[in-house]
Amino acid sequence: MSPAWTEAFRLVFDPHNVLVMAGASLFGLFVGAVPGLTATMATALLVPVTFFMAPIPAIAAIVTATAMAIFSGDIPGCLLRMPGTPASAAYTDEAYAMTKKGQAELALGAGLVFSAVGGLFGTAVLMVSAPALAEFALQFSSFEYFWLVLMGLTCAVFISSDRPLKGLTTLFLGLLIASVGLDNPAAFPRFTFGSSELLGGIGLIPLMIGMFAVSEIIRYMVNLEGEALIVDQPIGNVFKGMWGLAVKYPKQILRGSVLGTLVGALPGAGADIAAWMSYAMSKKFSKEPEKFGTGHVEGIVESGSANNSALAGAWIPALVFGIPGDSITAIVIGVLYMKNMNPGPTLFTTNPQNIYAVYLLFIIANLIMLPLGWLCIKVAKRILRVPRDILMPVILLFCIVGAFAINNTAFDVGIMLIAGLFAWLLEENGFPITPLILGVVLGGMLEENFISSMIKADGNFAAFFSRPIAASLAALTIAVWLWPLVRRGRRTLPPAADL
Amino acid sequence: MKLDDTVWGALLALLGAAILWHVQGFPHIPGQNVGPALFPGTVAAALLVCGVLLLAGGVRGRRRAGAEPPRWVAAPEWLRSPPHLLAFAVLVASNLFYLLVVDRLGFVLTAFVYLAALMWVLRVRLALVVPVALVMTLLIHYAFYKLLRVPLPWGVLQGIAW
Repeated sequence: MSPAWTEAFRLVFDPHNVLVMAGASLFGLFVGAVPGLTATMATALLVPVTFFMAPIPAIAAIVTATAMAIFSGDIPGCLLRMPGTPASAAYTDEAYAMTKKGQAELALGAGLVFSAVGGLFGTAVLMVSAPALAEFALQFSSFEYFWLVLMGLTCAVFISSDRPLKGLTTLFLGLLIASVGLDNPAAFPRFTFGSSELLGGIGLIPLMIGMFAVSEIIRYMVNLEGEALIVDQPIGNVFKGMWGLAVKYPKQILRGSVLGTLVGALPGAGADIAAWMSYAMSKKFSKEPEKFGTGHVEGIVESGSANNSALAGAWIPALVFGIPGDSITAIVIGVLYMKNMNPGPTLFTTNPQNIYAVYLLFIIANLIMLPLGWLCIKVAKRILRVPRDILMPVILLFCIVGAFAINNTAFDVGIMLIAGLFAWLLEENGFPITPLILGVVLGGMLEENFISSMIKADGNFAAFFSRPIAASLAALTIAVWLWPLVRRGRRTLPPAADL
Repeated sequence: MKLDDTVWGALLALLGAAILWHVQGFPHIPGQNVGPALFPGTVAAALLVCGVLLLAGGVRGRRRAGAEPPRWVAAPEWLRSPPHLLAFAVLVASNLFYLLVVDRLGFVLTAFVYLAALMWVLRVRLALVVPVALVMTLLIHYAFYKLLRVPLPWGVLQGIAW
């Protein structure tokens, strides 16, 4: 074994790290199982705590908590018909229908076991593809990075909303937020209006805590729906019949995992979109599509593996290029920068032990999910009865203290609260948040590569297309932009033109 | 709170135009055609276009709706439900309260009032509000002040700081 792997094992199995993973698992299971608290929120709430940790435990906390949360989001879906996290929403009705047929343990078991399988699949893809991509990325110049970031942002706009115009709008707002402060190629203070606190820009961490945690709490406080009733049904051995499912649906498991990893790796789309797409795909290719929606386990097997594989998939572009694959990795990138583990291809050559440790963390998280998830299902009814009217104010106070803790300024607390209110208002009006977050995370990188490319090109725009990889990335990006226009054009043409 | 796309479009276009105007004042770097205004300027121009497109789409939608166009600003259902309206008001007020007084009053007292107010408005049983708010405040204070060494302000309790 290479010394880097030995070091990675030492880092991961360090007693402190093991303790952190155990704590983060319980936290993730709890947050995922409580409706209204999401996996992204779990990550945002962890950031202030990870701020005080060494790099590997900090990453360990996020990896384990999110993997657990995406699984445990299935539990309230099954027992309350309320998804615990958006990633479970795709098959909540299906799982609830199974519960009503008396098959709650089969639905929960399928969610648990195939979450772990999908997670491990995504991890395997991460382990194989990330180093290869990193080697490839070492040859990238500012032109390639410019197009790559632009393509990532474009994907985020087109995937994360059905109205690209609204996604585009929030993306531009995000890029403008990223422009605030001194941190630009010319080091000129922009949009600071004389405030010394704005010189450093708008803090990513308070912004994300606000947009992902505070906005959810506001939504809870003005929510008119009453408490849902818990289905009281004894839950036996959830592992019973799982082998049978694996033998019956191998193609579905593989298809869900592959699709999930791919969707996860695409910027802007994460576990929730992976689950929706793969549920639809499962129904389309199923031999018994008429059973979908009536309490049929096939779709849960496929989309349950998809949402967990998406988690690992999202780390591929995040680690290799610093481009987040979903909203969770958008926060992770902020944490990596805080820990001086700046993402990029050099991370793989200078500190391979850290990368290997990330792989190990993913494998362990998906393995311990089985016993811990089993335990969580055992106490599920008690978790679901947790008084959210007490929980929500406490979380809000935690957010405030957490945002304060990063820089010890009340200014960040204000940023967090405003961001929360703003994100809530945007979402109420059908504007997606993910493009905005990606804009903030990638704005600096986009501008830096844009400006250095412009200087290199010296007014000659052809330079942006002169290198083969840059030209291919450019062609892809422009194709995605033009796609809606092409589609609209075809629709308005007379049918004969289609021939 | 739902605003019509027309309103959003107009506001965003206005914002784009204002930023575009503002960045004209950014300095030029001699001998270079790129400066600090280029990137935000380009983005602001794009935002302006998006705003205009949203506005146009909104106007078209209103015209199609005919005699009964949607309201400019639609009040969501919760605004008509007094308990939810109160909850929202207390949420905003308690956060302003926290930001304004935490330095003078100190974290422990401010956070206690903050939690108690929010739990009260969410209709947690009154017998629970005070003990739960107190325990949770002390717990968060212990975790962040003692364990993570975050300098939360003591305020008026400075004399008995623990």
